[in-house]
Amino acid sequence: MNLTTMLQQLTGGMIVSIEIFISTLIFSLPLGLIICFGRMSKNVVLRNIAAVYISIMRGTPLMLQLMVVYFGPYFLFKIRIAPAYSFIAVLIGFALNYAAYFAEIYRGGIESMPTGQYEAAKLLGYNKFQTFFHIILPQVIKRILPSLTNEVITLVKDTSLAFVLAVAEMFTIAKQIASSQTTMIPFIAAGIFYYVFNLLVAVIMNNVEKKLNYYK
Amino acid sequence: MKLLEMKHIKKQFENLEVLKDISLTVEQGEVLAIIGPSGSGKSTLLRCATMLETIDDGELLYLGEKAAFSENGHAVYVKNTELKRMQGNYGLVFQNFNLFPHFSVMKNIIDSPLRVQKREKKEVLKHARELLKKMGLEEKEDAYPYQLSGGQQQRVSIARALAMNPKILFFDEPTSALDPELTGEILKVIKNLAAEHMTMVIVTHEMNFARNVADHIIFMDQGVIAQQGTPDELFNSNNPRMREFLGKFDS
Repeated sequence: MNLTTMLQQLTGGMIVSIEIFISTLIFSLPLGLIICFGRMSKNVVLRNIAAVYISIMRGTPLMLQLMVVYFGPYFLFKIRIAPAYSFIAVLIGFALNYAAYFAEIYRGGIESMPTGQYEAAKLLGYNKFQTFFHIILPQVIKRILPSLTNEVITLVKDTSLAFVLAVAEMFTIAKQIASSQTTMIPFIAAGIFYYVFNLLVAVIMNNVEKKLNYYK
Repeated sequence: MKLLEMKHIKKQFENLEVLKDISLTVEQGEVLAIIGPSGSGKSTLLRCATMLETIDDGELLYLGEKAAFSENGHAVYVKNTELKRMQGNYGLVFQNFNLFPHFSVMKNIIDSPLRVQKREKKEVLKHARELLKKMGLEEKEDAYPYQLSGGQQQRVSIARALAMNPKILFFDEPTSALDPELTGEILKVIKNLAAEHMTMVIVTHEMNFARNVADHIIFMDQGVIAQQGTPDELFNSNNPRMREFLGKFDS
């Protein structure tokens, strides 16, 4: 195998990794907010369900969770698993797992908000929806951005866990080529890919933080 | 016309009785000052009057309309939609301003008239600029709260409350979070509002100010109204608690 084909295959893997990364963010960021609402709900049942959910998602390995999502339907309901399901299982597993982490980050941010902001909003007649999305959430986002950046960087590296379900992302392909061709080059390429990807994430998040620095 | 009536208000936190049977009335155009030592219940009274706290028992009326009434020894509030409407009758200026830090000065003032009251933008902007001028902050409409001094922030928060066209304006120790040299500018603004016959209820530690600006003063002590009357009546009263309290300010 020459270098060009190698890089071509790796590029294919790269695209899959990026797909996992983007879809995880799209699904888990809003889902995390919903779980956070549950976790902060006045309803005891809802609050406890959310707490247990977060505890399990944070307390067990993501790799195990991916396997449960993939094999679960077969062992629980004897549903035959189509091979194409592995990619969907990866997306579901990642979204469920990362939502738990994001929920806790949101909660930390929301709880750090001074009650005076809610009281001022109430006196000015804003309803609960307006108060949250217009007054509270924009300020929460600014506060949680550094922790969010951390989590997003971890996600970039975590995408390699999709190899347990044989999804052809960057790391899976690198490993396949490395063992079949007995060469280190794919691992070096993979390392560079993850590093550059995260550098990009850091630069973008840094810019967002700067943009939000127009107020204190 | 009676804009605010509180009758036999009781409020308890855990086992601590903070308000014990408080009654008061605020007439249109009246300036009421509430004074008293820390822990006397004056801030709680204000928070009950603005519905930031609920009362345990008693009656609460705005413009003669019942917001809460007493039933079998417990206060019952009317429907939320009704309360929300009545809330439009008053504004509150907080001790620590509580401006929205992510909004510019202008947006702090116009956002709720536009979003909540759904007023016309042109009219709201004109109103806001008038208010800013009145507060001496014409130059600051694009500034963000963190760029302003405490006194300026408090003036913005007064403008923000006034932009809603409230019938009563409540002040919760409006100068307590300010450096002494900045309290004067806020007191001046409130005095000007009094001259325009704005109805106001002011919880304050500024005795001279209360004396000068208020039509009526309530002296609270240990959850009850220990003494009330015109400034002259109060400052010349022989009530021992009142004398002791005023004595602390003479030194």
